[in-house]
Amino acid sequence: MASLKELKGRINSVKSTQKITKAKQMVAAAKLRKAQAAAEAARPYAARLAEVMGSLAGKITVSENSPKLLAGTGSDQVHLLVVANSDKGLAGAFNSNIVKAAKLKAQELLAQGKTVRFYLVGRKGRAPIRRDYAKSIVAQFDTTEVREPGYAEAERIADELVTLYEKGGFDVAHLFYSRFRSALLQEPTAQQIIPVPAPAGGSGASGAAVVEYEPDEEEILAALLPRYLRTQIFGALLENSASEQGASMTAMDNATRNAGELINKLTIQYNRSRQAAITTELIEIIAGAEAL
Amino acid sequence: MLHFELVTPARLVRSDDVHMVVVPGSEGEFGVLEGHAPFMSTIRDGALKIYRTESGAPEEIQITGGFAEVGANGLTVLAEHVEG
Repeated sequence: MASLKELKGRINSVKSTQKITKAKQMVAAAKLRKAQAAAEAARPYAARLAEVMGSLAGKITVSENSPKLLAGTGSDQVHLLVVANSDKGLAGAFNSNIVKAAKLKAQELLAQGKTVRFYLVGRKGRAPIRRDYAKSIVAQFDTTEVREPGYAEAERIADELVTLYEKGGFDVAHLFYSRFRSALLQEPTAQQIIPVPAPAGGSGASGAAVVEYEPDEEEILAALLPRYLRTQIFGALLENSASEQGASMTAMDNATRNAGELINKLTIQYNRSRQAAITTELIEIIAGAEAL
Repeated sequence: MLHFELVTPARLVRSDDVHMVVVPGSEGEFGVLEGHAPFMSTIRDGALKIYRTESGAPEEIQITGGFAEVGANGLTVLAEHVEG
């Protein structure tokens, strides 16, 4: 049986842990609201661009002369897995779920005899992926110096990917991130980003009217492809940061509750020990008095 | 009135009814008034001129990485970066 002093010390230490998890939970809740608003604000652009891409893609037949970003390199030997993680932990299984999804895909591709490479965004994915695939990591993108990943980061990531693609560094790129469903549910998601999958044709809206293009469709498409890629990455980063905060909120809520339970248990134990000590003391006194 | 929207990846910058917008298209400037035919164009980096009324002085917005779409519901400019 632990002594009273020890118990008191443990109760206090659990209490201060609870304070920290509680604070982190509230911070995550506030940040989640902000991240959701940012994701909301990014929707009009993404929706419009997807619409335009859809209607353009419906008009163009993919051939050898099509932009490489759309048509592909003609091979699918080398796969690049772009894994987007956060920089901070304390978010439950958020990061490990994304890494798990990426590793699963890597194993599947390796079993098919493909070559797998990794491009890592964020700090938390590095260690677990380096453990298994240290030699396949081509680059790491550092987001530690920015508070919230924004469009500027998406732009830089996309540009690095396109440069790598044009140098023949890979044939197909998949993006791994966590899709935000709710504060309780985040789904690790894989999405092919290069070659750009043609968005579902928006023939309904613009197909009715005759649209004039300046310059022609193909040049517009070539100009829009990199932008579309950036938007996709930007969208993924936003989803990821909302998911991170959601996961963090849930994890910290659980931690706070567990700490509360532990405090209750320890308090009961503390009170029992105290009672036992008092009873023993009383018996001693009574026995002493009777002996006189 | 022409319905005009300016959208960046981060947010909807402007959603207004205006008289005319002059867009610096990659193959020359073009003005968009109400009832313009459906049209799509890339935009070179430069200033959008927005005429709220027929006679007033234009308001200028610098944009880079732009794309313009004119449809039944007005003019939509997608820009990667907007200044001011």
